[in-house]
Amino acid sequence: MQSIECPWCGPRDEIEFRYGGQAGVAYPPDPAALSDEEWAGYVFVRDNPRGWFHERWFHAHGCRTWFSIRRHTVTHETEPGPALHGSGRAPSAPGAGEAG
Amino acid sequence: MRRETGGRIDRSRVLRFSFDGRELAGHPGDTLASALLACGIRIVGRSVDLGRPRGIFTAGAEEPNALLRVGDEPMAAATAVELRDGLQAWSLRGRGRLDPSAPPAGARHDKAYLHCDVLVVGAGPAGLAAALAAGEAGARVVLLDDQPEPGGDLLGGRTLLDGAPAAEWAAAVTARLAALPEVRVLPRTTATGYHDHNYVIAVEERDANRAAAGRGSGGRGRVPGGGDGGRRRGTGGAGDGGRRLWHFRAGRVVLATGAHERSVAFPGNDRPGVMLASAARTYANRYGVLPGRRAVVFTCTDSGHEAARDLAAAGVEVVEVVDPREAGAVVTGTLADSEGVLAGVVIAAPAPPGDPVPERVVACDLLAVSGGWNPAVHLFSQSQGRLRFDETLQAFVPDRSAQAERSAGACRGVYGTAAAVADGFEAGSWAAGETWTRARGEAGGGRGEALRVPRCDEPDPLPPAALWAVPAPARSGSGDGTAHGPGAVAGGAAEAFVDLQRDVTVADVERATGAGMRSVEHVKRYTTAGTGADQGKTSGATAVGVVAGLLGAAPGQVGTTTFRPPYTPVAFGVLAGRERGALSDPVRVTAMHGLHVARGAVFEDVGQWKRPRHFPLGGESMAEAVERERRAARTGAAAMDASTLGKIEIIGRDAGEFLDRIYTNTFSTLPVGSCRYGMMCGADGMVLDDGVATRLAPDRYLATTTTGNAAAVLDRLEEWRQTEWPHLDVSLTSVTDHWAVVAVVGPRSGPVARALLPGVDFGDFPFMTYRESGPARVFRISFSGELAYEINVPRWYGAALWEAALELGAVPYGTETMHVLRAEKGFAIVGQETDGTVTPQDLGMGWIVSARKPDFVGRRSHTRPDTARPGRRRLVGLVPDDPGETLTEGAQLVAAPGGTRMLGHVTSAYPGVALAMAAGVATGDRLVAFDASGGGQVPVTVVSPVFHDPENTRRDGDPQPGSSRPGDAAAGRGAGPDPAGAAAGPAPDWASDDRRVSPLAEFAGRFAAEGSPEAVIREVPFLPVREVRGEEQSEGLRLGPDWWLVAGGPAGGDDGATAGGADPAAAAGPGPGVDVSAQWAVVELAGPGVRDVLMTGCPIDLHPEVFTTGSHTRTLLGRVPVVLHRVGPDVYRVLAGSSLAGYLAEWLLDALEGL
Ligand SMILES: [Zn+2]
Repeated sequence: MQSIECPWCGPRDEIEFRYGGQAGVAYPPDPAALSDEEWAGYVFVRDNPRGWFHERWFHAHGCRTWFSIRRHTVTHETEPGPALHGSGRAPSAPGAGEAG
Repeated sequence: MRRETGGRIDRSRVLRFSFDGRELAGHPGDTLASALLACGIRIVGRSVDLGRPRGIFTAGAEEPNALLRVGDEPMAAATAVELRDGLQAWSLRGRGRLDPSAPPAGARHDKAYLHCDVLVVGAGPAGLAAALAAGEAGARVVLLDDQPEPGGDLLGGRTLLDGAPAAEWAAAVTARLAALPEVRVLPRTTATGYHDHNYVIAVEERDANRAAAGRGSGGRGRVPGGGDGGRRRGTGGAGDGGRRLWHFRAGRVVLATGAHERSVAFPGNDRPGVMLASAARTYANRYGVLPGRRAVVFTCTDSGHEAARDLAAAGVEVVEVVDPREAGAVVTGTLADSEGVLAGVVIAAPAPPGDPVPERVVACDLLAVSGGWNPAVHLFSQSQGRLRFDETLQAFVPDRSAQAERSAGACRGVYGTAAAVADGFEAGSWAAGETWTRARGEAGGGRGEALRVPRCDEPDPLPPAALWAVPAPARSGSGDGTAHGPGAVAGGAAEAFVDLQRDVTVADVERATGAGMRSVEHVKRYTTAGTGADQGKTSGATAVGVVAGLLGAAPGQVGTTTFRPPYTPVAFGVLAGRERGALSDPVRVTAMHGLHVARGAVFEDVGQWKRPRHFPLGGESMAEAVERERRAARTGAAAMDASTLGKIEIIGRDAGEFLDRIYTNTFSTLPVGSCRYGMMCGADGMVLDDGVATRLAPDRYLATTTTGNAAAVLDRLEEWRQTEWPHLDVSLTSVTDHWAVVAVVGPRSGPVARALLPGVDFGDFPFMTYRESGPARVFRISFSGELAYEINVPRWYGAALWEAALELGAVPYGTETMHVLRAEKGFAIVGQETDGTVTPQDLGMGWIVSARKPDFVGRRSHTRPDTARPGRRRLVGLVPDDPGETLTEGAQLVAAPGGTRMLGHVTSAYPGVALAMAAGVATGDRLVAFDASGGGQVPVTVVSPVFHDPENTRRDGDPQPGSSRPGDAAAGRGAGPDPAGAAAGPAPDWASDDRRVSPLAEFAGRFAAEGSPEAVIREVPFLPVREVRGEEQSEGLRLGPDWWLVAGGPAGGDDGATAGGADPAAAAGPGPGVDVSAQWAVVELAGPGVRDVLMTGCPIDLHPEVFTTGSHTRTLLGRVPVVLHRVGPDVYRVLAGSSLAGYLAEWLLDALEGL
């Protein structure tokens, strides 16, 4: 049972969270402009390192905050990651959103 | 044989027990093993594979031989079972076997969660010292030990500390620990697992600890006549065997787990009467038992000599001490009597190469063996710490910690009592964040004096001999050993045991290495050495040493096998704890659940929900009930409890924009008061969920989700809102549990709805629109194709509304009929027709995918080559040639009987109606549905998936009243003619205050009966609360960065003032937040024992200085998501979703029993 540090609630047991996969994979600004391969890269392809990994967690049974941490996939050491402020991009208005 | 005096047993009391039917007796302080030895029992069982007689080998949890059935427990180590009066034990024969017909064990096991600064495992000299150092530094300390009293090895030895028996030092330290309020000592508690982030699992013999503390097992004195929740309890009295599974989260961990003595692999080393030297010493000193009368000691260590001295002092005749370090003598075999019990040993002196080994026989009934010591590194290794082999100690010791952990004392190879105490002080000080040095301790003064290392009379130990196995000697004569007398052993490697429990010998290991195996992991799997219930605690290092010898390598090069939890076997019942029977999984029920039960509904599980599947009348089969319910919905009036659908309010200036991005179709253009069906996809373009969204106000929508996906959809919406579109002004609030929903369906549903909803103008209520009527929200939507109204009311009115609908003639129907009705209309169900590989286009619903919107989640994937290709599976209807036939869901479609090319599969099947996903088929095609599970091959014809009313002529009611099929007319009996004037009537009865039911109303009596001075429990009914989003609230419970729970009704009333009369839904429109008064069930627990109740199911740190008065948070309790609010020093409120309240109440009542 890992202990995950929620930026709002502090450390909580892993069972209170939902895992959100790799962090920093932003929604593409203009999906229609992407090749099939580029789009498939966004949808399907993620890193799977042996070592430090920047990943997202959601405190589903707590404060319901999405946040990121860095976690070592071998030792399970963790440290806080940058806030997830989003791409701010509107899918309907490619590139038009202001960064949150 | 019991000594006259000595030992830590109470000879004034007798405990009667039985072994294999023999009536025996022991004393308090005994283990089952010591009592058996005291009674002269030498053979306790037969080995698993070879059937050889075996005796007690150790005095602790590492025991490989003395595994017995003890009461309900199918297998337990006799050396780790505390003797109790009435205990019954049996030896095991061959392999163990569980009896499936055995009644469930009566013991009540539970769990508890505890946070601490410092967790110390093991209360020997090092662990006691560590706990004292950390505790006196002010840390929150938990000290665990598997024995009934602290002291560890000191209890079994005769060491003097400061000139007094070492047990007195242990008692003094224990007394000092007891005076520290933040130190908790848990005896009879075994740490079994060391997991990530200093999460340590331990099993406490809780009933035994409670009995020792003078408390009854498993519960306080019961209130006479109080309900017991229908759960069976133990038969009472001490020693019910109830255990507690502790979950510790520690800042730092000190492991002081000691060391296990090991044997030497020599022929005949498995005889009953061969025992580890430390065990023989412990039986003599601690238990006052002589494990034999005439002993030989075979030792590679100094501790064997100490054992010899102590055995002699206890009255055992020690005839010889064989120490390979002295002149190289070794034991090369044993002799047995006719029973197979040790009768003598063969001792060999070294001889020049080639010469016969001079051997001699010494008669004895006890051979005490010490091959060396293995630090108990099991937990350290589980924590991912790295080991190294110490050539001096001839043992694997901790090298590098992987977590905030330190080993202390013998478990890291620091032997000797004084050294262990000093190491413990250092480890405990480190764990408390301080430093301790021996110099400080010896200097005296201040805290240094408090942590003084006692003077110790033990001599400094010499290194052990590096001896793992005794090679078979080159013998004179026949070499069969008969010269030594009957039963003597000369079998060599084939009878030199490495692992007693698995009957693995040196010869087995030789076969493994001879077959080419070099990895100790391979040897383990090939020979099974180390795979017994003891996990090779006494044999693992020996196996490594033997392998190393055979390979000509050093043990450090061979390495150990992986240490895995649990350290000792844990019963499944202990892992389950209270999560059995009705508490095995959280259950969600609707406000109408009790009425459904009373009506005889048959339920099905949908996620955690209990939903009525059908409502059989009389002796109806399901098919008969469903046909009757279906006919009512198609020709009359029927009602379904649709409360379980997920409901989310989406509020904010950009709510429409947000939904446009999520759904495949457009919602920003939806007029206020209108509803629209929507579908959402994943980024991969596959259907994720569907539902209806209604625009309640310009900045406010209500979206429904499928029952099973409600939580996942809400989480996903939060994901996009927070991580991709934080600039959008939108918030999400689940209101699933606030609303009870009755769907009134059928061509005659109008009169029912009119009578229920006097405030609605039914003359102006078109399809796909929304109206309000008092506390009700009414949606004219349909999942059946018939005229239908979905009436949402705050949960506390749900039961009354349901009863009112049925009294008006609506026929109750369940999910099975609902599925049939929608299948007849060709409506897909997410999770039934879809499986994560299906696009909206595949379902024939391309119309719902907006071509005008530039983007929505998943849009780009709809033009990927695979999703856009022709020939994908599409939704079709199927009709079996034999109309009486019902297809099987999951049946494969093939072109002709015997065909093997799969064209698709049946996704939904009901009598006469089936849906399928199939590729390359067209209407009119004749196929075969092949049911590989035994249903055979059924000829079918492909038809349109819309079986019923393809022109949608019926959604406003029956277009041609009277044209129904014969027999249908009676189905809607009681609905009567349309009572046009009903709308003018008074407020409907269901909405009156006295018919409101709070979520836990039915528990009031049991709550009152279960109260005790330790804890009282009550419901706080009808507490008005709103969920508010934003950062600017001056009061209320802040549950998240922008999430508040604010007391008071939507009109601003304060706590309680509006609870009685005000209409909570009246201000459901624009206002501060969302009224969720009916969403939360509120339980209040008060009393000094409440924290002990909460800790059995809540994983957060509840320490009163951490979770201070006024604290509140969202977390889990009994696996139910709750808001926990500490409203007073000993008063806690638990807020849970009202659908889960009944489950939580049962869980809490059960927890109160365990106080
Ligand atoms: Zn949180």
